Amino acid sequence: MRKILIIGATSAIAQETAKLFAEKHDALFLVGRDVDKLEAITADLKVRGAHQVAYYTLDLNEFDQHEPMLEQAYKSLEGLDTVLIAYGTLDDQKACEQDFAQAEQALRTNFMSVVSLLTPIANRLEKQHYGCIAVISSVAGDRGRQSNYVYAAAKGGLSLFLQGLRSRLHSANVCVLTIKPGFVDTPMTTNFKKGALWAQPETVARGIFRAIKWRRNVIYLPWFWRFIMMVIRLIPEPLFKRMKL
Amino acid sequence: MQSTYQSWGNFPKVSQRIRSIPWRKKPLLLPETPDTVLAHGLGRSYGDVCLNNNGILLTTRKLNRFIQFDVDEGVLRCEAGVSLAEILALCVPQGWFLPVTPGTQFVTIGGAIANDVHGKNHHCAGTFGRHVLQFELLRSDGERLLCTPTSNEPYYAATIGGLGLTGLITWAEIKLKRISHRAMQVESIQFSQLDEFFELSQQSDQDYDYTVAWLDCNNSQALGRGIFFRGNHVAADEIPKDWKLPRFNRLPPLLRTMPINLPGFVLNRWTISAFNTFYYKKTRQSQLIDYQPFFYPLDAILEWKRLYGKNGFLQYQFVIPDHRMLKEILQKIVASGLGSFLAVLKTFGELASPGLLSFPRPGVTLALDFPIKGAVTFELLAQLDEKVREMGGAVYPCKDARLSARHFQAFYPQWTKFAEYIDPRFSSSFWRRVTETPLCVKS
Ligand SMILES: Cc1cc2nc3c(=O)[nH]c(=O)nc-3n(C[C@H](O)[C@H](O)[C@H](O)COP(=O)(O)OP(=O)(O)OC[C@H]3O[C@@H](n4cnc5c(N)ncnc54)[C@H](O)[C@@H]3O)c2cc1C
Ligand SMILES: NC(=O)c1ccc[n+]([C@@H]2O[C@H](COP(=O)([O-])OP(=O)(O)OC[C@H]3O[C@@H](n4cnc5c(N)ncnc54)[C@H](OP(=O)(O)O)[C@@H]3O)[C@@H](O)[C@H]2O)c1
Repeated sequence: MRKILIIGATSAIAQETAKLFAEKHDALFLVGRDVDKLEAITADLKVRGAHQVAYYTLDLNEFDQHEPMLEQAYKSLEGLDTVLIAYGTLDDQKACEQDFAQAEQALRTNFMSVVSLLTPIANRLEKQHYGCIAVISSVAGDRGRQSNYVYAAAKGGLSLFLQGLRSRLHSANVCVLTIKPGFVDTPMTTNFKKGALWAQPETVARGIFRAIKWRRNVIYLPWFWRFIMMVIRLIPEPLFKRMKL
Repeated sequence: MQSTYQSWGNFPKVSQRIRSIPWRKKPLLLPETPDTVLAHGLGRSYGDVCLNNNGILLTTRKLNRFIQFDVDEGVLRCEAGVSLAEILALCVPQGWFLPVTPGTQFVTIGGAIANDVHGKNHHCAGTFGRHVLQFELLRSDGERLLCTPTSNEPYYAATIGGLGLTGLITWAEIKLKRISHRAMQVESIQFSQLDEFFELSQQSDQDYDYTVAWLDCNNSQALGRGIFFRGNHVAADEIPKDWKLPRFNRLPPLLRTMPINLPGFVLNRWTISAFNTFYYKKTRQSQLIDYQPFFYPLDAILEWKRLYGKNGFLQYQFVIPDHRMLKEILQKIVASGLGSFLAVLKTFGELASPGLLSFPRPGVTLALDFPIKGAVTFELLAQLDEKVREMGGAVYPCKDARLSARHFQAFYPQWTKFAEYIDPRFSSSFWRRVTETPLCVKS
């Protein structure tokens, strides 16, 4: 039985991943900002076989509440060995261009708040000498595009942060997994037109579940995004800046 | 978002906007426009009861969480978009089974209630609605009605078999059936005349929980030829030690999801060969099989509907009280040469449903597919409607896409009473069609 903390537990991808943990009878501690949603998910995971499920209501932009939340998670789970960070917002790029306050909000939620969480989490896991930290970043963070570069900057920054953290925690036997999903059909992307490249959250969840089990470093989900992003990164900048991506 | 949601028969083609409903406790937040809305589960209804042309579909597939499972009592509460397949995956290993199941497990519990579905055990268990202990009905004005046989009883009765028109079911609680093993003891018996079928059916209803027959509709010479299936769940201690869960004959994934439309003869070949393997084997054979192939033979090919090609198809299912009249209808179908090669035949029992508008009633029911071959298909089915009406029977709305208002209102004279409980904001393509003309036939 693993002791798992899921931060952003109401996200579609997190919910599907949590079901897989529940089927393995893991103990879960869920963090999110909406109590109705957390209650519904908690009941579901209990029926599906989770050893225990508790939830904690928190807007993750309240940085000073991160430590007390973590404290509570340790208490409830009687330890901690796996952390999944799965929340995020896909803010309107045009609005971010016009108004720094919006851009700042996007960066706070998608980058700063995660750093604020990872600081105490990393220190604790480093001390206990075991554990796994899995964080959902995005393929968007692999290259800045005109259509969403504020979000991309946050996710790209997050990926770099995780890369450094991975290497720091390697000697402490703690693995750091960077998850880079492509297009996923979730509430975040309700208004997008869906095509062949789109994946269901169930599929992405299975990938996350396996990657945690195998203690992987960086995964693209579904796998073909690794190659798509390889090509996108290879496009020379003089050409890329002219492309309407 | 505009979308291409269709129903199982691929007919009629409609255009609707989609609103996903992922959380049961959140308000519906319907748009200010006068557009009507309709819940949509897994779209396994063949016709247009699950469609709302030019309106909004409230899709419930994200409403798929369990709420509570009492393993001692076999009482399961879950959100309305949970599928029967998900319930089976949870409950069978813990010794519980669905009280009633249709011929596919890919339906939601909301859909099963709204069509008040029936299964091979109708003669001893009645419809699905009989096993629904309670549910919550969310109305467009935001009111939430807890419906049970004793509280908000009129809404309970109107919503069971209510074709999604009384509001959105957010969650439901059902009573499961105890089993001790996933295997079934199944007997298949060939018969060559309808009378033999009725005799077998009568003999078996006492001792077998599940009965159904396949009828060969290919050949007018051999009319009445078929195979009768009857089965029971098996007690764990009756299972031979060496019985292993068979590895399912899974088709390759590409075939299972059937990415393209194929000509209809492919399905006919498949059904004929399935039929013949049973028919020509032995007059009677008994075997121990897993519940999956027994209840859901077609689920192995996920998108088998595509086998009927891009024009789509209609399924026709009716019930008539007097089985002696079945032959006349059958002859008409077979002579037309328009139907599928196999029909499914079953006798319904006496157990009444709590549902106000439910389809099943005592008698014999027959279901078969009609690939759409233009006006002739529609004309034939209209003639069958008339015959069914004369015989005092009814046609199943959940399979229908073409029934006239006149016939619907004759089959379901209680529809005016039912209409009092319809949510003013809810409507469906089906409902607009079958109520477009004023009541013509008074009962
Ligand atoms: C291969 C196959 C075999 C079948 N065998 C049988 C059988 O043996 N017996 C039988 O009775 N039927 C049978 N059916 C039909 C099927 O069981 C019904 O059509 C069932 O209702 C489909 O459920 P669904 O979740 O797909 O609902 P949909 O088809 O999406 O919707 C059906 C109706 O339910 C309403 N609805 C759905 N969810 C809700 C909700 N949350 N609140 C309120 N209303 C809701 C919709 O508005 C609509 O009116 C079969 C279908 C197939 C494809
Ligand atoms: N969908 C995609 O295509 C895609 C692609 C690549 C990466 N991702 C990443 O995948 C992760 C999961 O997203 P998803 O696709 O599953 O979308 P989602 O279902 O919309 O999930 C986003 C979640 O973040 C939560 N959240 C946002 N701000 C929060 C805050 N301040 N405090 C607490 N919770 C907050 C939301 O909570 P509420 O439920 O309370 O609103 C919601 O549950 C995100 O990091 C996203 O960036 C998604």
